[in-house]
Amino acid sequence: MSSDTLAKVPTAPQTPGPADTPRIVPRRRYGQWAAAVAVLALLALAADSVLRNKAFQWGVVADYFTSDAVLRGLWLTLWLTAVVMVLGFALGTLLAAFRLSANPVLRAVSWGYVWLFRSIPILVQLLLWFNIGALYPQVFGVRTVDLLTPIAVAIVGLTLHEAAFAAEVVRAGILSVDRGQIEAAQALGLSRSRRWWRIVLPQAMRSIVPPAGNMLIGTLKGTSIVSVIAVNDLLFSAQLIYHRTYQVIPLLMVATLWYAAVTSLLGLGQHFVEKYYARGTEHAR
Amino acid sequence: MSVMVDIRSVHKSFGSLHVLKGVDLRVRTAEVTVVLGPSGSGKSTLLRTVNHLEKADRGEVSVDGALMGYRRVGNRLYELPEREVLRQRTRIGFVFQNFRLFPHLTVLDNVVEAPVSALKRPRKQAVADARRLLERVGLGDRAEAYPRQLSGGQQQRVAIARALALEPKLLLFDEPTSALDPELVGEVLDVIRDLAARGTTMIVVTHEIAFAREVADTVVFMADGRIVEQGPPAEVLGAPREERTRAFLAKVL
Repeated sequence: MSSDTLAKVPTAPQTPGPADTPRIVPRRRYGQWAAAVAVLALLALAADSVLRNKAFQWGVVADYFTSDAVLRGLWLTLWLTAVVMVLGFALGTLLAAFRLSANPVLRAVSWGYVWLFRSIPILVQLLLWFNIGALYPQVFGVRTVDLLTPIAVAIVGLTLHEAAFAAEVVRAGILSVDRGQIEAAQALGLSRSRRWWRIVLPQAMRSIVPPAGNMLIGTLKGTSIVSVIAVNDLLFSAQLIYHRTYQVIPLLMVATLWYAAVTSLLGLGQHFVEKYYARGTEHAR
Repeated sequence: MSVMVDIRSVHKSFGSLHVLKGVDLRVRTAEVTVVLGPSGSGKSTLLRTVNHLEKADRGEVSVDGALMGYRRVGNRLYELPEREVLRQRTRIGFVFQNFRLFPHLTVLDNVVEAPVSALKRPRKQAVADARRLLERVGLGDRAEAYPRQLSGGQQQRVAIARALALEPKLLLFDEPTSALDPELVGEVLDVIRDLAARGTTMIVVTHEIAFAREVADTVVFMADGRIVEQGPPAEVLGAPREERTRAFLAKVL
């Protein structure tokens, strides 16, 4: 078919042929239109109430949105998330490898770790690490409270928690790779580490990325829990301000908007990572 | 002529299922051995013991004079470390029924992978070799494609090129055309035929009787975990001595 015939398609019959060929008429989708109108109406109502309710104090939100204290808190939230994510997934990948290894001792260690750290609520864990000095006042001749500063407690607690969940995500990804792939690599004489890094993990990434993206966003927001041990993250910085000024709602709005903005960016990033690991999966030529 | 593969009284069970019940087979260098038999007769398992993908419960397999997977000391066989087994495997090419190409790597990278990582060849040389091999199996123009963009027959030809990239002394084919649409079988058999003409030592497990008759130096008929009959194709296929062979051939021909 030449290109100008294609261009005419909207006005011409779909398939040029004998006059008695029946024309296909798409089904009318009235439900979609009704739903769209209803949703738009609800959104308009919500927007109207948010904008007209003076208690939101949007002027105050704008004042603090890029204030030094808030930006410093945001920065801490961002790097804490990055550190916890990297360390958590490194440890989690190791645990997944243990769990799938032929060595029964390593399997038991991995199972025990995941069981323990999935069982303790993260809040409880942070408080325990924060007060660990009561159990072990000194380690290697250093006072425990000097070693485990609030920020160190935050990193340790969040990472140990993260690793237990990351281990399961990575394990699921590895199990999704066809066993035959490993056998093919063995038949070619590829070493154990080469099989792992070159053949299994890249294929596992397709199943790992979506739940890992979920965890990244969960971790970003989950770091706000460190405000309970007085770490100066985004939420705690906002709280410090409203404890002084009593502008509770506008400052919570500042934190909310920043969390939502960063989450949106991360979601966009995930889209591109997924596209990268999907290479070689399309059927078209 | 020298013996390339020497299989001696190999037994293998999966749980209570006794799959190989004492198999002896010798494959001479530069010959093509075709293994036939009904499904469940143990022919694929036998092939997999040759490159130690499957460990025999009893008996031993030697390839090119080297005992596969073990070191003999006196009357004992000590299991070799994995590194040694992997090195032994680089001398044996294996082609799977369902190709098992690496889907996340391009055709070229599939072929280049083993020479570079297992044989430590310089990548530049491996790429040049790979392009020549792809040319030979008729896929010189698809080097940058991903496996799923190819037809089954093309994928299997890439898999053969990937096995050849190790310059193996022995090639093993496990039902290489069974997963293919009928019209694609010919292109894969053409490649195997060409390898046979070049004097490659091969063991081919297949259901293609016509191909066996044409290409095989020796046809081996297996049933129920044992070798029932073996010999030149004219004998085994033309005038089988055993009743089981006759019954099988009557069904498939």
